Amino acid sequence: MIAFLIKRLMHAILVMFVISVLAFAIQDNLGDPVQQMVGQSVPESEREAIRERLGLNDSFLVQYARFAKNAVQGDFGYSYFYREPALEVIARHLPATLELVFAATLIIVVFSVPIGVYSAIKPRSPISRFFMGVSIIGISIPVFLTAILLIQIFAIGITITLFPQGTGWGAWLNGLLSTEGNMPSFGRGYDLVHVVGHWDTNLATWDGVKHLVLPAVSLASIMLPLFIRLIRAEMMEVLQSDYVKYARAKGISMRRVYFVHALKNTMLPVITVGGVQIGTMVAYTILTETVFQWPGMGLMFLDAINHADIPLIVTYLMIVGLIFVVTNTIVDLIYGFVNPTVKLTGKPA
Amino acid sequence: MTTSTTTTTPSRWKRLRDSYLWYSFKRDRTAQLCLAVFICLVIAAFSAPMLAPTDPYDLRHIDIMSSELPPFWIDGADERYSLGTDAQGRDLWSIILYGTRVSLLIGFGAVMLQALLGVTFGLMAGYLGGRVDAFLMRLADIQLSFSTLMVAIVVGAVVKATMGSAFYSQYAVLMLILIIGLAEWPQYARTVRASVLAEKNKEYVDAARVMGLRSKRIMFRHVLPNTLSPIFVISTVQIANAIISEAALSFLGLGMPETHPSLGSLIKSGFDYIQSGSWWITLIPGAVLVVLVLSINLLGDWLRDVMNPRLYKG
Repeated sequence: MIAFLIKRLMHAILVMFVISVLAFAIQDNLGDPVQQMVGQSVPESEREAIRERLGLNDSFLVQYARFAKNAVQGDFGYSYFYREPALEVIARHLPATLELVFAATLIIVVFSVPIGVYSAIKPRSPISRFFMGVSIIGISIPVFLTAILLIQIFAIGITITLFPQGTGWGAWLNGLLSTEGNMPSFGRGYDLVHVVGHWDTNLATWDGVKHLVLPAVSLASIMLPLFIRLIRAEMMEVLQSDYVKYARAKGISMRRVYFVHALKNTMLPVITVGGVQIGTMVAYTILTETVFQWPGMGLMFLDAINHADIPLIVTYLMIVGLIFVVTNTIVDLIYGFVNPTVKLTGKPA
Repeated sequence: MTTSTTTTTPSRWKRLRDSYLWYSFKRDRTAQLCLAVFICLVIAAFSAPMLAPTDPYDLRHIDIMSSELPPFWIDGADERYSLGTDAQGRDLWSIILYGTRVSLLIGFGAVMLQALLGVTFGLMAGYLGGRVDAFLMRLADIQLSFSTLMVAIVVGAVVKATMGSAFYSQYAVLMLILIIGLAEWPQYARTVRASVLAEKNKEYVDAARVMGLRSKRIMFRHVLPNTLSPIFVISTVQIANAIISEAALSFLGLGMPETHPSLGSLIKSGFDYIQSGSWWITLIPGAVLVVLVLSINLLGDWLRDVMNPRLYKG
């Protein structure tokens, strides 16, 4: 068990090392820090002196070692645009993104498990077919398009005049199909409650939650179909196995067989895929936050690219890399502990 | 010798007609519909210069006075523009045709690059094993743990920052093919490696080795043909993914420029006008994108059910 733990941690450190080398290579090759610091009139000899003083003439390895040492101590340099430490900028934007990911995860868990289990138990029922159809459409709509559709329907509103307006029925049907469009679609709102440090939460007030709904639903829309299909496929496989047949033959109630015996084994692969996908959602926050102008890390990253704010880009890459590596390692460890059939020490197959 | 083989083996067409693939295709209405829609879209996109009433790349056809005109079923439409115009006054129907062509071109190009890299690396990892295998698969693991979209966005951002926007937009098609191709090769590599591992201990491979053939020849001429069906199946999904990735990159401003738009950049340019009520500029290209991706995904689903290869999970 300890060997497994150490192996996973070594792997995580290796990956972080690769990420940091890549991040440093980007920083090293992009832009000239001296040019950012001094004006046009400074002569070349002066520039050379500054370069020497900052250690920019040292070899790649020496510079990397300095970069890594500072990074481990939490010093990623100053953001050109915000004129404050890059890590500080990230810390200010992180809570908004985490809340968005949390809300989306909540939506995914609440909807995917019942729908997936139901469509595995009754694969031929019309409801299951409906959900399968919706889920393949959901996979085919890119997340930013879902977001735009949600804005059009719930924030701008649509007016439908398909039926004759004069008759009572026509007006009623039109009203049924049209939407008012009073949901907020821009930013986090002003009703934020301060919790601690940089963390202002959207979850404490009704207005805050209303601002969170549309971004969270669009972020969830990309993962929800994947999870429904995954849970369905795994559950159908488990339901074929001998121990489920045996439990059924013993006369245990069907509900107990499904939700206690079968669901447990279904969730094993779901945990692994799920953990990785929650890390993946960080990538999709870039898209959702752009559409909804949600002031999180994704929007900040895109702004940093447009401002060519290299220290901030590099810091973002390191922090997101860390988030990915930590989630993947935790998922691996949980899977190793939960699933007794995983070979803990041997070589991976 | 050659004549006898041609008479005994039936023609390709006959083999296709007798195959299970064709049998199930004839019975599956969804698959037929999807293939028809997909072929229509491809033909329409690649004959865009003939179908489109105006050339959207030609500045002479653009009239800023006729911008943001609605499509024909809404009051105030102009009969010259059947689907209305965008914010620059370009005919939406023409620009969607051209945009679909760009999206398809990048989608197919990127998947070809992915397949080339992925199949080569997958074959090497599976057949040679040992250190090569460990290195390539570790690389694939690391890259996959970061979601391909993230890799594509980061590479796109860095390339754009190093080379400058002007250069990037000039070679945007090539850049996007490279970025998406490099971001997604591990999918192919894993699938190919898994099927190579299943194939390589079979007798025909041993026989080829005993005959003294070089490993390169055995890999590409003997093992590869037997791993084609899973490659075929994931290719459909990969094309859909590549088209979505391209749209996402263009939507973020890291893809096609607005002068030469793909479906993604059309959606992006229309999004700025959605609050003013001109929903068609963004939602009509969006609908085309969804129909395109959906038809490919449904075809992929059908193919997977029919061929049922043991796809590598995980």
